[in-house]
Amino acid sequence: MAQKGSLKRFSSIFLASSLIVGALAGCSSSEGGTSPASGGASEGESSEVIKIGANLELSGAVASYGSSIATGAELAVEDINAAGGIDGKKIELIKVDNKSENSEATAAAIKLATQDKVAAMIGPATSGNMLATVQISNDNKIPVVGAAATAPNVTENEDGSINDYAFRTCFIDPFQGIVAANFATGELGAKNVAIYADNSSDYAKGLAASFKEQIEANGGKVVAEEAYVAKDTDFKSTLTRLKSAGAEFIFIPGYYEEVGLIVKQARELGIDVPLMGADGWDSPTLVELAGAEALNNTFITNHYSSNDPDEKIQSFVEAFKAKHNEAPNAFHALGYDTVFYIKDAIERAGSTDGEAIQKALAETTDLNLITGTFSVDEKHNPVKTATVLEFVDGNQTFNSKVNP
Amino acid sequence: MEWLQQLVNGISLGSIYALIALGYTMVYGIIKLINFAHGDVFMLGAFIGFYAIARWDMGFFPALIISMVVCAIIGVIIERVAYKRLRNATRIAALITAIGVSLLIEYTVIFFRGASPEAYPGVLPNKSISILGANISTQSIFILGVTIVLMILLQFIVHKTKIGKAMRAVSHDADAARLMGINVDNTISATFAIGSALAGAAGVIFGVYYTKIDPLMGVLPGLKAFVAAVLGGIGSIPGAMVGGLVLGVVETVVSALGYSLWRDAAAFVILILILILKPSGIFGKNAREKV
Repeated sequence: MAQKGSLKRFSSIFLASSLIVGALAGCSSSEGGTSPASGGASEGESSEVIKIGANLELSGAVASYGSSIATGAELAVEDINAAGGIDGKKIELIKVDNKSENSEATAAAIKLATQDKVAAMIGPATSGNMLATVQISNDNKIPVVGAAATAPNVTENEDGSINDYAFRTCFIDPFQGIVAANFATGELGAKNVAIYADNSSDYAKGLAASFKEQIEANGGKVVAEEAYVAKDTDFKSTLTRLKSAGAEFIFIPGYYEEVGLIVKQARELGIDVPLMGADGWDSPTLVELAGAEALNNTFITNHYSSNDPDEKIQSFVEAFKAKHNEAPNAFHALGYDTVFYIKDAIERAGSTDGEAIQKALAETTDLNLITGTFSVDEKHNPVKTATVLEFVDGNQTFNSKVNP
Repeated sequence: MEWLQQLVNGISLGSIYALIALGYTMVYGIIKLINFAHGDVFMLGAFIGFYAIARWDMGFFPALIISMVVCAIIGVIIERVAYKRLRNATRIAALITAIGVSLLIEYTVIFFRGASPEAYPGVLPNKSISILGANISTQSIFILGVTIVLMILLQFIVHKTKIGKAMRAVSHDADAARLMGINVDNTISATFAIGSALAGAAGVIFGVYYTKIDPLMGVLPGLKAFVAAVLGGIGSIPGAMVGGLVLGVVETVVSALGYSLWRDAAAFVILILILILKPSGIFGKNAREKV
């Protein structure tokens, strides 16, 4: 609260000074990183900082995703500011906790759009929470870029229309499902596969649907399709059923809280076939819940791997490790990339006006970031590569890269 | 051998329900209160065990005992602070207080440590043994053993000790018991202590078996245990054990038939059917109205 008060005082000092500075437009690159921008689009042009909002899950059920994105984004902001900012203006990251809830995500988006008057927002980590902010962005003409919201309907509505102000840095669910299916039938040579999906999440249902379609296209057979709901703790009876169905491979799209228990219980029941999931598995909590041994012979599709030999990735990993003493996970990398994606668009737009940034984001081509080089398609989705990772003794190891 | 495996799965799940159901049924038997905070004492037990194992490096048994002792104390405090003064109030007032206590415990824990889940450290060796094609983990055998020992201990306390005799007397007729010189307040506190200790033990066992614990973990198992207690005949100790095991097996069978999304619904359908067809439950006596 005390900080808010001082911000207000700074703000009024700044408003006064901006009247003078305003005449000397363009000379506004001051060294003071603390003075916040004044509100309003017209003053936004001459402000010394560019405000980027971060509407993230910093607490609650999927806090692991949101806080990782925040850490990655903070590092990106530091790097950009150290290199002189965007056209001489520093970036200020304003983080708001949406508590992993839809309604809180909407409230946070409203706060960022109307009170903080940010130039662009980093959207919530999960697709459901991200969806709750899209309308606010469209209404206020402030682009929201999801770092990890992979559901197709975040950018594209059911009727095929595009949410103009919604973007993302990650690939979409159907693509992950297709990659998993190709990996199962190709690399692992599995014919009879089973699906065990979280029935309470759109994310998991979307993945399961595209996986099934691709498996059948590849000549494989789905021998069993089972479902669970979030917060379940006992999966043994369903797993026993999957085991007796003779599955050679089980695809488990879902989030780490339940997946950790499913993997543990599956191994206890003697299910030793390969298990595979997607980026929802990517959390250190997964290893704690399942145990490192149980996770052997499991695979995930993900946005990136810290073991990828690529030079750009390794220098990012080094820089991150130096600061946080751990290797960055995919959410760290996506958070980092999201800030650079927004930065690139603001640079090309040449202004912090929402409509100009929106146009620049949609026109992004061959942008080279940590999680891959991408161009944005007409549905506001990046076209980029996916990485397949394998768990070996609790560590994610790089397996292969799959192009779209 | 799928069925044998499913039966093992069901009994493992059911023995946890049974341990929680015992506390429900004992408290109901003695003061006719459905203690909805019981599921949250179970949750507290899981967290106390977790901190004992993960932070203070204790083994399984010391952690189990600490958790039981602390939960017993918490149970007595809850009874003394919240329920004692409502003993002569309407049943609905006491019931609503119980729900209030339940929410208070849940959100106090969330306030202090947040809502994120915690992974139980592996304190017991976990190997799978194959018996007739069914894979049984050493953990579940061990846990089943602990559960059975606790139930035998409870039977011993209730039937062979002085306090057990007092508990049975108070549950039969509190006024007559008081006239016979039994300290009714202490007996009720002892019932809460024993019931809560069992819930604490169930919490630690649940944590070791299912790995994941969180501040709202007590809600659903608490409700299921309530169903188990009603199924067995609320107020009846053998009824709670049988009810818990039956419920665990029924849920497993429902999943095994491929209706895994109906599993929770099945538990509550059982509750409704029992209340319509045989409200006294499997082991319940037909209550005579005292005039």
